[in-house]
Amino acid sequence: MTGSPSVLFDRLGPRGRHRTRIITAVVGAALLALAAFIGVRLQQSGQLEARHWSPLFNPFDPQFATVWRFLLGGLGNTASAGAVSIVLGLVIGTAIALLRVTALPCYRWCIVGVTEFFRTVPVVISIFFASRALPVIGVDLPLLWYLVIGLTIYNSVAISEIVRAGIHAVPRGQTEAALALGLSRGGALRSIVLPQAFRIMLPSLIAQLVIVVKDTALGFIIGFEELRRRGEIAVQTLGNPLQMYLLIGAIFFVVNGLLSWLARATEARVRGAGRAARRSSAPRRAGSRV
Amino acid sequence: MSVIIDNLPLFGEGMLRTLSICLWGGLGALVLGSLLAVCSVTPVPILNRIGTGWVATMRNVPLAVVLFFFAFGLPEIGVRGSYFWFGTSALAVYTAAFVCEALRSGINAVPIGQAEAARALGVGFGTTLSQILLPQAFRAAVPPLANTTIAMIKDSALVGAIGVGGDLFSVADTLAATRGLDVIPVLAGVVIGYLLIIAPTSALFSLAVRKAVLR
Repeated sequence: MTGSPSVLFDRLGPRGRHRTRIITAVVGAALLALAAFIGVRLQQSGQLEARHWSPLFNPFDPQFATVWRFLLGGLGNTASAGAVSIVLGLVIGTAIALLRVTALPCYRWCIVGVTEFFRTVPVVISIFFASRALPVIGVDLPLLWYLVIGLTIYNSVAISEIVRAGIHAVPRGQTEAALALGLSRGGALRSIVLPQAFRIMLPSLIAQLVIVVKDTALGFIIGFEELRRRGEIAVQTLGNPLQMYLLIGAIFFVVNGLLSWLARATEARVRGAGRAARRSSAPRRAGSRV
Repeated sequence: MSVIIDNLPLFGEGMLRTLSICLWGGLGALVLGSLLAVCSVTPVPILNRIGTGWVATMRNVPLAVVLFFFAFGLPEIGVRGSYFWFGTSALAVYTAAFVCEALRSGINAVPIGQAEAARALGVGFGTTLSQILLPQAFRAAVPPLANTTIAMIKDSALVGAIGVGGDLFSVADTLAATRGLDVIPVLAGVVIGYLLIIAPTSALFSLAVRKAVLR
């Protein structure tokens, strides 16, 4: 940021740079003091003792393998709940978006109303009620599926908005050209508009996956053993909630950080591919004899 | 229907509890988020890094983990408090990152020419900020702030679930799980409760958007 002008600050001069150095020193000192304070607090309350950290971080600890196998199992559960939810959400979300795009105006209000309704329901509530209401009407499922259903309800609505934005981002001329070539409305949507829309919305979909993975942590409401719940169970024997939740947070940070990075990389690629396509299509159009 | 009517006082109390969680959490998030936004737009790299680090952490770590870290991790180092305060402060710390992003995106939405024109006219830094940049930035920040607020209202259900109790989610839990009442009417009551909080909030924000655009 230093040196590059923003809307608020011009490029810094010598005085500005001097001030920046002073602020950096002061803030750095304050952060060090804070770290030292936390360190002393940890020391005083006995949280730095090896027995709190070693089962999580020391590979030679006898409990290390068991704890990590347990936690990675939880991460696996988190991943499968997230994966199933995003796939189901994608299918249902696309269906909702298509219904909304193609429906007659009188039905469209109905779809908008339903999606707006489900947007206001907290995800925790939908998971909780999926696990309570479905057995009442005679649907008994493994816990994973209650979590998946609860997550899918919210995510299909969120994804339908992404899909709708993606469909609107495809230039109108594409549909018009497809119709002019004799494709039906459905055919144009299926083989011309949707493939392009999916490419445009891929980054947003991966970003939505991050949200889904975060929301799987709500599985504790129904006792599903995702990563965070497994951590909570392990704490009951290890007695180190502080260290455990730090570790769980770090695992989520790494996994979701990788997904976010993937989303950004895809976005750059999609944008780059779009530019390349435009570049290469220009000369082709000029010399086209077809 | 009778389930809702019979337990109307309980639903009402739940709504009030949810509102108070949201009020304290939102207030904390606004203060903290504004500070973080200031940090991330100053030209000082170390402050930028605090802002981006905070945002990256809260974007990638579930609120549930933050909540449990606050409620069960912090007491280990001698931080004492009620679940209500642990819950609302975790909610504030989490939401602050999204408030920061909303404000920052508002500032980034102001064309750089606005600041350059102000500087060229000899307007001072303080006046540029308060008369030219911030009014435009706030306008651009209102829609993402609305989304953040509504997301926070829904997240407050989670704060209730970790043992704060008394909010709309806990009401649902009590009625459906402990007292074994019919699930569907309880669900309807709770969802109506959330709708009654979210709909006016979102109406208020769209009013703000219209005002901000028209002015």
